[in-house]
Amino acid sequence: MQRQTTQITPQLVAEHGLKPDEYERLLALIGREPSLTELGIFSAMWNEHCSYKSSRMHLRKLPTKAPWVIQGPGENAGVIDIGDGLACVFKMESHNHPSFIEPYQGAATGVGGILRDVFTMGARPIACLNLLRFGAPEHPRTRHLVAGVVAGIGGYGNSFGVPTVGGSVNFHTRYDGNILVNAMAVGIAKANEIFYAKATGVGRPIVYLGSKTGRDGIHGATMASASFEADAEEKRPTVQVGDPFSEKLLLEACLEIMAKGCVIAIQDMGAAGLTSSAVEMGAKGGLGIELDLDHVPCREANMTAYEMMLSESQERMLMVLDPAKEAEAEAIFVKWGLDFAVIGKTTDTKRFVVKHQGRIEANLPIMELGDEAPVYDRPHVPTPKKPVIAAASVIAPMSNAEALTRLLATPDLCSKRWVWEQYDHLILGNSVQQPGGDSGVVRIGDGPKGLAMTTDVTQRYCEADPVEGGKQAVAEAWRNLTATGALPLALTDNLNFGNPEKPEYMGQIVGCLEGIGEAARALDFPIVSGNVSLYNETQGRGILPTPSIGGVGLLDDVTRSASVAFKRAGQTILLVGETTGWLGQSVYLRDICGREEGAPPPVDLAAERRNGDFVRSLILAGRVDAAHDLSDGGLAVALAEMAMASKIGARVTVDAGPQPHAFWFGEDQARYLVTATQDEAARIAAEAAGAHVPVLTLGVTGGDAVALTGEAPVAISTLAHAHEDWLPAYMAGRDPAGSAPAPTKQGN
Amino acid sequence: MKAAVVLFPGSNREGDAVRAIEAATGHKPPIVWHADTELPAGTDLVVLPGGFSYGDYLRCGAIAGRAAIMDAVRAHAARGGLVLGICNGFQILCEGGLLPGVLMRNKDLRFICKMQHLRVERADTAFTRAYRQGQVIKVAIAHGEGNYEADDETIARLEGEGRVAFRYCDEQGVVGGLANPNGSTHDIAGIYSEKRNVLGMMPHPENLIDPLVGGVDGAGLFKSLVAA
Repeated sequence: MQRQTTQITPQLVAEHGLKPDEYERLLALIGREPSLTELGIFSAMWNEHCSYKSSRMHLRKLPTKAPWVIQGPGENAGVIDIGDGLACVFKMESHNHPSFIEPYQGAATGVGGILRDVFTMGARPIACLNLLRFGAPEHPRTRHLVAGVVAGIGGYGNSFGVPTVGGSVNFHTRYDGNILVNAMAVGIAKANEIFYAKATGVGRPIVYLGSKTGRDGIHGATMASASFEADAEEKRPTVQVGDPFSEKLLLEACLEIMAKGCVIAIQDMGAAGLTSSAVEMGAKGGLGIELDLDHVPCREANMTAYEMMLSESQERMLMVLDPAKEAEAEAIFVKWGLDFAVIGKTTDTKRFVVKHQGRIEANLPIMELGDEAPVYDRPHVPTPKKPVIAAASVIAPMSNAEALTRLLATPDLCSKRWVWEQYDHLILGNSVQQPGGDSGVVRIGDGPKGLAMTTDVTQRYCEADPVEGGKQAVAEAWRNLTATGALPLALTDNLNFGNPEKPEYMGQIVGCLEGIGEAARALDFPIVSGNVSLYNETQGRGILPTPSIGGVGLLDDVTRSASVAFKRAGQTILLVGETTGWLGQSVYLRDICGREEGAPPPVDLAAERRNGDFVRSLILAGRVDAAHDLSDGGLAVALAEMAMASKIGARVTVDAGPQPHAFWFGEDQARYLVTATQDEAARIAAEAAGAHVPVLTLGVTGGDAVALTGEAPVAISTLAHAHEDWLPAYMAGRDPAGSAPAPTKQGN
Repeated sequence: MKAAVVLFPGSNREGDAVRAIEAATGHKPPIVWHADTELPAGTDLVVLPGGFSYGDYLRCGAIAGRAAIMDAVRAHAARGGLVLGICNGFQILCEGGLLPGVLMRNKDLRFICKMQHLRVERADTAFTRAYRQGQVIKVAIAHGEGNYEADDETIARLEGEGRVAFRYCDEQGVVGGLANPNGSTHDIAGIYSEKRNVLGMMPHPENLIDPLVGGVDGAGLFKSLVAA
């Protein structure tokens, strides 16, 4: 067992993830050699995960304000005003490294952590989403990781009792040794009853609530700040174990004592556990904190101060209570069967003092622990621009009808039903639009308001051009919300990148953040919360840059929301937005032609705004009865998705131009499909011309096939079978129906 | 009709049950805490809601089946009072001795949440009189342990006494094969007690009461109870 008498050697410092110059900074700050517990506390507070030391100076450039933003980044979650005295509280967070090591528990505790962030602010969670990135399907670990992560997300969210209404699942070999598990939670609170971490008042009791502290997860945040070597498996003991039952009780107990006015400040124990929560409460309030670890409820005997301060045991909260209501709060916790212990008090010393068994284990300046964390302007090089690929230079290797069927059965574009049917997406009875559409749509209480929510990023665009890729991730989230009729209000980001100490990866971070900032400003779509996950690499190779965007939009009347499915035969299909046939970085080019190359489609933010606002106005006026945004796979895939969702076909007769494959599968941005009656469609087309919104009449809905101009019609049942079968077949280890053989390499 | 909804630690569809009952009766039913020993006076219907009571630890429903309030629920049932157990509530009824059999893990070992068709086996009970016999309804399922099992003798008795309430079926009402989502014996989705005053079912009629959210096929069950 480690005690404070341990000699602080350079090796021990390095094992705590502190660089020699960071250790010098620590020595200068406290003027003496730290105890082991103090070294652990610094390591927890100064790691990348907690300090944002590599990203902070770039994050500062992001737009975070708007009249409807109640709380931007820096608290447990972002808060926006949605009217009628209500606020929406949401955030996304990663649990990448733990999920690779132990997929079920890693993913489960990722969901638990993000739910806790939301209800810590006083909100009742109403929905979860996620964004998952796995390695290549043929990689030997991928199937096991998919099964474990999906079961873990379901296992936690289903038991906790919140619907999982949306998500995104992609596969790529660059995630073979480092998968991504990003979980998002959305909650509703009264706008004037939001709870914060800031402690106030001297001499007030600090109360520990929830599960007991064990030795699990010690140094989890440090692990999250290091890259993987081949020994990742050996890190399994640092993965926490989740208990959704305890979290459900903690939720109910916390909301009950908040409603009774007992809580002055509250902070959940997430990354870096007791250390980070206590320091944050004190530092935000300009107060000192004194903890007596003898009173911490422990699951195991003989835990040291070091272990208690760094444990990441789940389902724990720290609070400052109103002393007059302490007994009332305790009674509520006892009723819910949860631990409740006074473990310290606020002081006016601005020191963080930790006592254990009569000894002072740590005595550190509290403000400096957070504020004086190193901030780096790391060297970065921009990603070289890729050449624009001319559609004429891409030879179609098969008919477009066959390419469509195959694309729908690719790992990235196939139906993810196998995944989301393992998530309870119906509980609470408010899921107006369920997984599989553009966004999840959830009614708030008995309505009429609703929220649309989505998670998006196109990592291959970010890899090819970080700035355009960053813009596109924001634009696509905005578009997915818009396609339901919702007004996009704000976003949360989860920035997953490789090692920031390598200028090429740091260049991706800087580029993506530039693009995200530009798009968020242009679309009035501020960033209100987020999380940074760096060092996502294995044996020296980084993941694809993956800045996940979680967007939330508001529907004033949820009954007016639009969905992807065609509603009836005989409707005119309109394409909103300009089509140039951009094949660079398209799924078609990659999965049909075997070429992962070129510049990604450029994002014209003014066009995004114009086209999106136009489509939203059509939906809210009830003039269109189906709407879908165009993204991966382009126009033909979007048409097929609308047909499969409704079992109503489409007959497209528009001239597909000289490069039909580029017309059908190009991934130009700022585009939507909508359907309307013939007369209404004519009026819409005329109005669009006046509003400088390109609108093209494609054809009509009807029949039981998708017929593209000049192509053999493909039965919806054929498309649906290919689309639905790939993932269950893959998970069962059998050959999927309609699966494409490995794409053939094409020289060009 | 006076209803009450029991809340165990880990219950999570109690609000959905309250909403369905309120929609049918116009009154919000009281929530009864698991540690209580009495039901509110005059209770006609007790609902054990879905969820993960006690985290589903030990065995689904095993701990809740022995909770303090369950003595009152058993006494209520013995007097002929109505009891409805949905999902985890069904598991609790089996563990608490109010219904025979047990709910095992789904045959493919995965939690499953989707829309599911059921065939109403009889329309002459307090729970189903707003339906037609043989009617096919579409409701939600959301469970990891819904695979109903009992010994042959029990199954024979349930069938012989007409105590199967609902069976999993396809859109046309055909049972068996892929229409059975969890491997349940005889496609059983719900069963009655001997006097048909206790119903346990895995699917969630309480989530199908609104055309905006999936449909209204579950509302018939609550309408039936109002008339009971």
